This record gives sequence, structure tokens and C-alpha cells, in this order.
Amino acid sequence: MSTVEPLFSLRPSGGLRRRRIVNKAMESLGTFAALIAVGVLGLVIVSVAVRAAPALSLDFFTKSPSLVGGPGGGISSALVGSALIVAIATAITLPVGVLIAIYLVEFAPPSVGAPIQLILDVLNGLPTIVTGIFVYGLLVIGHTQSAYAGAFALAIVMLPLVARAAQEVLLLVPSALREAGLALGVSRWRTVLGVILPTTLGGILTGAVLAMARAAGETAPLLFTCSIFAPAVSTDVTHALPNIPVLIFTYSEQPDQALHEQAWGAALVLMAFVLFASLSAKALLARSRRKLGR
Amino acid sequence: MTSVPSDFPLTGARRRLGDRIGDVGLRVVTFAAALSAVVLLGAIVWKVLALAWPALSKYGFGFLTSATWDPVKKHFGALSFIYGTAISSFLALLIATPLAIAIALWLSELAPRGARGIIGSLVEMLAAIPSVVLGLWGILVLGPYLSHHLEPWLHSNLGFIPIFGAPEATGTGMFTAALILTIMIVPIIASLCRELFLQVPGELEEGALALGATRWEMVRGVILPATRTGIAAAIILGLGRALGEAIAVTQVIGGGTKISSNIFGPSDTIASKIAASYQGAASGLESSSLLYLGAILLAIGLLTNFAAQVIVRWFDPLRGSH
Repeated sequence: MSTVEPLFSLRPSGGLRRRRIVNKAMESLGTFAALIAVGVLGLVIVSVAVRAAPALSLDFFTKSPSLVGGPGGGISSALVGSALIVAIATAITLPVGVLIAIYLVEFAPPSVGAPIQLILDVLNGLPTIVTGIFVYGLLVIGHTQSAYAGAFALAIVMLPLVARAAQEVLLLVPSALREAGLALGVSRWRTVLGVILPTTLGGILTGAVLAMARAAGETAPLLFTCSIFAPAVSTDVTHALPNIPVLIFTYSEQPDQALHEQAWGAALVLMAFVLFASLSAKALLARSRRKLGR
Repeated sequence: MTSVPSDFPLTGARRRLGDRIGDVGLRVVTFAAALSAVVLLGAIVWKVLALAWPALSKYGFGFLTSATWDPVKKHFGALSFIYGTAISSFLALLIATPLAIAIALWLSELAPRGARGIIGSLVEMLAAIPSVVLGLWGILVLGPYLSHHLEPWLHSNLGFIPIFGAPEATGTGMFTAALILTIMIVPIIASLCRELFLQVPGELEEGALALGATRWEMVRGVILPATRTGIAAAIILGLGRALGEAIAVTQVIGGGTKISSNIFGPSDTIASKIAASYQGAASGLESSSLLYLGAILLAIGLLTNFAAQVIVRWFDPLRGSH
């Protein structure tokens, strides 16, 4: 058998070699960019952890800040305050968010659903300090700052997140489930509340945890609503309560080594909570998605 | 939430009446909740404008073009903050956009299967770091590093370009703020873009590769053109975030009303000025001027978000909704 000479050379020509070099260069740039992002994440986490280490002790979690701002003292009051504020915010926003999601998925005609979706997306992107100003005008002027004003501001920040998360799991419910309920003669509202909602409960709660993780770190909505407080532990929500984000913010602005150390400690606690909550929520969400069959 | 009995009484008209009420009731309640989101946005606009009204009626639009902010003489203008906002966000976008698109391309096209999920979640974790923590890191770690190493080097080697002026000893300033903003918006733009790139039909990509295109040529010729509008929307969403970020910027930008070409100098953005003065407004006019700044921020936030959503909804051939 005679070999056939190809009509053109199969070896890389100058042009192809150049194209391959360009391709390789671009691929390395992409890899490099991804490495930078991961590197920055690692850098932030490690440097917060290293600087927070000296501050961490049992006292740090069990004592209130010392009044003069000297060494010693802890963040217990801010932990209590933050937990209360975020809990109230979740209690306000979760039912509303879920109802919005039910309306959008189960009832809304597209001509009504689309604008509401748009409004929710816009609310989600609004600068959070504007939310703080709004609640300041609504609840603080004429009264005083309070934990429930702060919680209301955080609830506004969380609302689009909760609604979106609930909507996503509701959309995953197989329509066979819906049709089965209706075919058995079960009315619409019972199908929604008795069949569809229980199926999605896990996913909705996971979405709520994600929103709580976001809200726990939000500082701007609290500046105007819950930032002037006595440092002692308190559960009186009609007054401003100490909270972690505002504590970090004010300490970081002070030229005081001891306060900086406390701020690093609080930052590590906050970051650990936020990252742990969002990671585990995402893992759970992936699981409940698989369970719903997609 | 109503508890549902396990067995349904199937007798008589009472069930039908109860169900009719239940159906209508649930529809009305959920619609009221959805309506509350609309009312909320309206109330925010109304309330912020009402709070800003004293300054708004006194200065009108002249507020936007006046650069003095003088609490003693009681004259207030927003120009230097608008300048600070524009420059810091522009710098942040300048660095973040190519970086984020490169990360998204790597995640969607190049990454080995095992690394894809892990690196993807790590990038998303970067977005989850609270801004106040990032600001703390910026003021105590990044800022000092920049002012002792990077900024002097840039100043002495590229100082003939006016933007690389003399560094601040503290490390706070526009450049530090821009870098912190970059860290905040890279993960946002990157994860939006990754979603877009994954939606490009595989046949198109394979077609390009089958025609002999290299991977980069496939990206440039197929993926980027197909997702152009979506990328634009992602960049605008990132921009909206950068323009409105208050806390981290307040911590690292240094504060100041001077309009200077030197990006290493202290400055203020609209949001950082509001956050920095939250307790300190001496006069009614000063606090209402701060709230006027808030109204400007609200307008910017509405504009960028509506623009991004409109682009996503009506102009993108690949995506139905965001």
C-alpha cells in the first residue's frame, strides 16, 4: 500500500504555534486569577485567625466590654444582642418571605409575578445603609434606637433572600405531587399548605439560615437603628442592644491596641459563624435538591 | 400556618364553603405579602426623600455640583463624595472585571472536575465574608502593607503619572478602598458570569472546537459574544454593590473632602460619608444634608439595579430571568 501525501502539512505552522501559545497564555491567566481569589480568601481567614488568637479566652465569651475600653472584658453582651436582633429579624421576615414565594409560584399570573420579582431583585441590590436610613426615619426619629428597629432593618435586607430561596425550592416540587392532591379532591389551599409546603420545609429553612448568615454580618442597617448602647448584657429589645458588627466597626476606628485585639476576636467569631452557617446550609440545600429529584 | 387534619370530611356543603374560603383566603394573604414588598420599596423612596427634604429644597440640584462640606459655615455639597464614589468604584471595576471573568471562565471551561465545585464554593465564600471584617482587615493589615511597600514603589517608579502621588503614612485612602471593593465584587461578578458561561449550548462550543479553534478562540468567538449582555448586567450589579458599600469603605478610605488626582490620598464616598457621620451631625441642616446623600445613594441603587435587571430580562437571548 502506498502512503498518500497529505495535501497540506499536519505539523503546526507558524500561525498555529502562535495560536497555541496565546491559548496557553490565556489558560494560565485564568488559572492564575482563580488562584488569586482563593489566595485572598486564605489570606483574610488566616490573618484574622492569627490576630484573634491572643484575644480568645473564656472571659472573652462570658464578660461584657470593660467600661473604660481598657484591656480585659469580652463580647458576651454583643453576642446576646446580635443573636436577639437576628432572631427577631428572622421571625419577621420568614413568614412574609414564604408567603411571597407561595404567591409567586402557586398563584401569580406572569403579568403580576414579573413586576413583583423585579421589585424583589431591586430590593436585594439596594445599598443596605439606605435601608438603615429608612428605618431610622420610620422607627427611630421621635423615639430612640432600639433592637427591634435594628431587627426590622435586617428583616428588610433578608426579605428578598428568603423569598428567593423559598421560591427556588417550591419550583422544585414535582407537579405530579400537586396534581395528585387536586385529583384526590383536595382543595388548592390544602394542597399548598398540607402537601407542598411540608415537602419544601427543609429547603426553606436552609434558605433562612443563609439569609441569617448574611444578616448577622450586616453593619450598615444597624448604624442608624441600633448603635448607641450600654455595654452590659441586656435582653430589653426596646433599647439599642450591643451587637457584634457595630462593635467591630467602632473598635476598628479607635487607635487602641487592646480594642483592636477585641475587634479581631469578634471578627473571628463572626466570620466563623457566617462561613460555617453558609457552608452547611449550602450542603443541606444540595441534599434537599437531590431528594426532590433534580 | 394552618394545621391540616389527616382525613378530609367529604360530606356536605360545609366542606365546599370552607375550601372556598380557604382558597380565596390563601390567595389574598399571599398576595398581600407580595404587595408588601412593592409597598416597602415605595415607602423607602418616600421616607428617604422626606428625610432629605430640608436640604433638598434648600440646595436643589446645586448640591450635586458644590464641593464644599463645611459644618461650621453650614454649607454643604456632595461633589467631592460623588467624585470619591465614582473613582473608587471605577478603580475597583477596572481590576475586578477581568479578574472575575477569568475566574468564571476557568471555573466553567478549564477547571478539572474535582476542583470545580471546591474552588467555586471558595470563591462564593469570599462573598460571604462580612464587609466589616473585610474593612477591619483592610485598615489593620492591607493598608499598612500598601503604604509601606506597594505605594512607595509605585510612587517612585510611576510617580510622573499624577494618580500615583505621595502615599499616606496610615495606609488609608482611595486605593486601599478600591482594593477592598475589588475583593467584595470579584466573587459577585464571577459567580454570575460562571452561571452564564455554563448556559452556552455545548453544541456551539463543540462546533467551534471541531472547526479547529483553540480553547481561547472558542471562548473569544463563541462564549463571550453569546453572553455579552449577561456579562454587562453582572458588571452593573457589581458596580451597584461597590457604589453602595458603606462600612468597609468607611474603615479604609481615611475621610476627607479634598478632590485630588492622587489615588493614595484620603477621600470619602457618598456611603462612607453617611456611615462616618452617623453620630456626629451637629446641625439639622447637616443631618438633612447627610440624608440628601442617602437619597442620592438610593437613586444610584435603584438605577443600577433596574438597569441590570432590565438588561437580564429583556435583552439576553440565553436567559429567561435572573
